[in-house]
Amino acid sequence: MTTSRAFDEARGSRVRWWVLGGVSVVVVGLLGLALGPAGPAWWRVPLAVLDRLPLVSIDSGITDAQWNIVWQIRAPRVVLAALIGAMLSLAGASYQGVFRNPLVDPYLLGVAAGAGLGATVAFSVARGTTSTWPVDPVPLAAFAGGVVAVALTYTVGTAFGRSRSATTLVLAGVAVTSLATAVQTFVLQRNNDVVRQVYSWILGRLTSATWGDVRLVIPYVLVSSIILLMYRRVIDVLRVGDDEARALGVNVNRVRVVVVLAATLGTSAAVAVSGLIGFVGIIVPHAIRLLMGSSNRVVLPLSMFAGSAFLIAADIPGRLLTSPSETPIGVVTAFFGAPFFLFLLRTREARQ
Amino acid sequence: MTSLVLRQVRVEYSGCAVVSSVDESLAAGEWLCLIGPNGAGKSSLLRAVAGLVKYSGEIAFDGVALDALSARELARKVAFVPQNPLLPDDMSVSEYVMLGRNPYISTFGRESVRDRGVVTALVEELSLSVYARRPLGTLSGGERQRVVIARALAQEAPVLLLDEPTSALDLGHQQHALELVDQLRRRRNLVVVSAMHDLTLAGLYSDRLLLLHQGVGVARGRAQDVLRSETLDEFYGVSARVIHEGDGTVVVVPQRSHGES
Repeated sequence: MTTSRAFDEARGSRVRWWVLGGVSVVVVGLLGLALGPAGPAWWRVPLAVLDRLPLVSIDSGITDAQWNIVWQIRAPRVVLAALIGAMLSLAGASYQGVFRNPLVDPYLLGVAAGAGLGATVAFSVARGTTSTWPVDPVPLAAFAGGVVAVALTYTVGTAFGRSRSATTLVLAGVAVTSLATAVQTFVLQRNNDVVRQVYSWILGRLTSATWGDVRLVIPYVLVSSIILLMYRRVIDVLRVGDDEARALGVNVNRVRVVVVLAATLGTSAAVAVSGLIGFVGIIVPHAIRLLMGSSNRVVLPLSMFAGSAFLIAADIPGRLLTSPSETPIGVVTAFFGAPFFLFLLRTREARQ
Repeated sequence: MTSLVLRQVRVEYSGCAVVSSVDESLAAGEWLCLIGPNGAGKSSLLRAVAGLVKYSGEIAFDGVALDALSARELARKVAFVPQNPLLPDDMSVSEYVMLGRNPYISTFGRESVRDRGVVTALVEELSLSVYARRPLGTLSGGERQRVVIARALAQEAPVLLLDEPTSALDLGHQQHALELVDQLRRRRNLVVVSAMHDLTLAGLYSDRLLLLHQGVGVARGRAQDVLRSETLDEFYGVSARVIHEGDGTVVVVPQRSHGES
């Protein structure tokens, strides 16, 4: 009796949290649309958004020019931040699940360093002329760099030793990361003039987000997220360890390969358009675990919502604090995220 | 009727045989206990049957070779309780037992009403109902062992493998755990293969013993025949007194080599 009731209650509370997660993304999203150095009074923006919905007509008193600021400048930023926050958090949570290691995320297998190298090469070769190219080569180079780095990590990490152990793979990732960083430093030394560009790219940028960026990243984020979410129950079975999961009928190696590939693809795409926004992939899933427990069936979807809301929110102070110039979002995520995480950690310790 | 058959089973780790030429056949409802000193190959043999290590030779259940099955199909035939199971601290008992239903839930599916029914019934059968919502981290050693057995039974597999099921338990809980396994195998007609260190308990609960030494089966049969002081001296290198009780129970009592008697 109590057992089946326990299942029902677990499901009930999960639905409640999902609704809450969805609502918070919408609320923070509206804030992201409403706040900024230029544009209409903040309270008019939600009205204008409502006005755009079908069957609703409200006079929000916003001019077309103001609406353009909201729709062409702020909206792509908000949507891109939502997508990237969700992707980085989900990918981090999935990595932590399949490696059973709370400190890994896709950056660890070389995505970050590879993408950084790709972007550096693109900046060095193109020399600031990228704006005249038909396609911006930086995201493409970053994407290619990230994927190549992880492919290299995977080949090296699984080629030696018959056992495809998770530790070997992580160590290979560390080696590939150092290699890529070394090459990047070398290239930068020979091309001093692009240091500033590379540096600001590395710190993350949502400033210049356009609907084109959103279109570029959305297919990868969708495919990757769907795959990862579909695997969330199986990733949860892995919590009992590789051997026992295998004895329970899980094809552990296949699950790990698929999850790593999907998370890497999504992360590479995210990094390609937004630069290296650190911290999100580790902190957001951990915050969810501290609040909700470690079940991956809960942590994965809720990390997406929380990651979305967190990155949209983190993008707001960046545009207001040092207006008219912008604080890079990577700085904001770390500056606000780290104390918040310490606070969570402390309250949790206190409760126990 | 014979159901689990091992023929010339051999397990190697980097070219070195840890189990070789093991032949056994077990009927449904039979309990075989693997005994032998540390490193004799007991765990490796269990892991071979569970499909966790590569082996040569043949392991078949009801005429079907186990290595021809997918991981999922194998998990419906063989349930494995490792010596030191990994219990995630904040997973609840009912969630943990539900993991045993994995072989019946499609990769991208969710548990069915039947899966929940099986888990609920098991939790009640093993008197775990009061713990159903408790996180695993709060359970005592005996409770943890029951929960792990419940997870294995949730697989509804006809073969149950237990690696040192009592090594972490006190005397009373050892007895409870083994009694439980004994009841369950009779009720469900399970083939049970367990590795055990305690020879007296091994003889007391199992139908047959298989003594492994350096990966080879050196003695087999009923406790009275296998547990003899010469045998123990030869393969364990211990001096022990073996007492045969009138009811067929065999008690192994270690002796001090420098003692008076």
